[in-house]
Amino acid sequence: MRLEGVTKDYGEEVVTRVLHGIDLTLMPGEFVALVGPSGSGKSTLLNLMGLLDRPSGGRIQVRGQDTSELDDDGLAALRARTLGFVFQFHHLLGAFSALENVMMPMLAERGRQDASMRERARALLGDVGLAERADAHPSQLSGGQQQRVAIARALAMDPALVLADEPTGNLDTGTSSQVFELLRRFNRERRTTFLIVTHDSRLAERCDRLVEVVDGRIRTDRPVTRP
Amino acid sequence: MPFELFVALRFLREGRAQTALIFAGVSVGVAVIVFLSALIDGLQASLVERTLGSQPHIVVRAPEEAARPLADGPGALVQVVRPAQRLRTVEGWLRVQAELERTPGVVAVSPVVSGAGFASRGNASRSVAVRGVEAERFQRIIDVPSKLVAGAWRLQGGEAVIGQELAEDLGVSVGDRVRLTTAEGRADSFRVAGIFDLGNRDVNERWVLVPLRSAQTLLDVVGGVTSLEARVQDVFGAEALAGELRGRTGLVAESWMALNAQLLTALRSQSSSRYMIQFFVIVAVALGIASVLVVSVVQKSREIGILKAMGTPTRKLMRVFLLQGAVVGGVGSVLGSLLGVVLAGFFEGLARNPDGSPTFPVQLDATLFLTAAGVALLTGVLAAVAPARRAAKLDPAVVIRNG
Repeated sequence: MRLEGVTKDYGEEVVTRVLHGIDLTLMPGEFVALVGPSGSGKSTLLNLMGLLDRPSGGRIQVRGQDTSELDDDGLAALRARTLGFVFQFHHLLGAFSALENVMMPMLAERGRQDASMRERARALLGDVGLAERADAHPSQLSGGQQQRVAIARALAMDPALVLADEPTGNLDTGTSSQVFELLRRFNRERRTTFLIVTHDSRLAERCDRLVEVVDGRIRTDRPVTRP
Repeated sequence: MPFELFVALRFLREGRAQTALIFAGVSVGVAVIVFLSALIDGLQASLVERTLGSQPHIVVRAPEEAARPLADGPGALVQVVRPAQRLRTVEGWLRVQAELERTPGVVAVSPVVSGAGFASRGNASRSVAVRGVEAERFQRIIDVPSKLVAGAWRLQGGEAVIGQELAEDLGVSVGDRVRLTTAEGRADSFRVAGIFDLGNRDVNERWVLVPLRSAQTLLDVVGGVTSLEARVQDVFGAEALAGELRGRTGLVAESWMALNAQLLTALRSQSSSRYMIQFFVIVAVALGIASVLVVSVVQKSREIGILKAMGTPTRKLMRVFLLQGAVVGGVGSVLGSLLGVVLAGFFEGLARNPDGSPTFPVQLDATLFLTAAGVALLTGVLAAVAPARRAAKLDPAVVIRNG
């Protein structure tokens, strides 16, 4: 994914520029931390990269395709095929079991359930260590378990890029670490690109690359050197 | 199961109390529509049936006699006096009868000779309408055989079939003789073969059915008939058909509708008040469905946001909500129809006439249920349009951000 001079303005009469010309390229297999103080524009940036919103200026390319050429349904289709989301508040669908939640992106894309879908969802739940909780509903799962289901769901369509917004935001330190390791493992095993928004500087230091956004601009973009 | 239906059903199941309430609301609405229709259709059918039980659908007779001045135009000083009406016969009635039988929509035709007379037995004497008919043909116009309370439907030479009230007035029963006298003084004696109850007091008091030939002799119209009475296929098309017959024969043709204009007006206003009630019930049901679904869109905005973020196209999401409306309408119409049938059955059993027939006869047919189901389904889907559009407009970024 490549961003070129991306800007974002809000407001009709009083225009506030939230992002001032962002240039950022994510390469396949990267594990990137996005950090920055509140109000720095990193959520806006995440929404733009998640194709949930359109930039006011500049270009966003996904695998060489300019996203401004796509209509809303085109964007939705591109999201479905290339992106996975993990949110801070887990955001599972309460009416469905863990297994059905993982199947949902495939179901929405293909329209009908089949055995292969169920198999794949089961395998993914196994990968996040929740094979035996497949039929549990989100309310019956702990916070860490819910987040692991959400990760399995994000990976259901085998996306090229997973965007994780504070994936460990409201988990305790131990669970946080487990969830983080899970993301790292998928990154290593599947070569999936991850972009992780976090407040936790210790977590950020465990990524491969660190991008810091301040006042709508990228202040630092450096590889993380581990001792 | 398609994705949209899968999600729609789960959303409905998740909203337990809400879903139960809206099902109940739609069911009651459909039940009212089914029940009201069944009741009013039944009442109207029975009213019309009662009216037509002693009346032919169309009567064709000779035009009234009118005096015409020989000289006409300016300067002609004339006074036209309306002549008294004699008993007039239909000219060439066999030809007219054939003509009527050929007319599409006419099911049966019967020649009738009718005139005024007195029926007497001993000291008792009553003014009656002498009606000469052919038994075989006349029973297809008015079903006397099924309305007999005594005796048999038989009109051979010298036999008569009379109404229940007249039999009581004269104190006769089957087998007794009555004497018929016309104003001109002709008289004949008849043996009572049967006694009928056509459900109309006036008819029961006045009709004396005798063989056609006997009436022709009594009323001095040998070989002629005074009217031709017809039964038609479509009861409510009788007036139009009567108009056509007027044109074809040049005679006077009157339908039961013209003779019962008041009844028809009453039926019509009853129908329009029923449509009005049903319309407002549908509106109330639609508003109920819409408001529940709008609330559910607000409650589910987080879920909708997630589904959007994972790449679900907007039209699929809209379909999820339209389907919820359709399911609510569909299930509601089934439950409502059942409830309506139970209500109608209960009401029908509640009050009965002395003869055992229900005071409020209900009429339940397949069309009624299909119409109710169709209306409920359509109402459900239409009521879901606004909520669905609302769901479509939700911005996933905002929803997800706010938790």
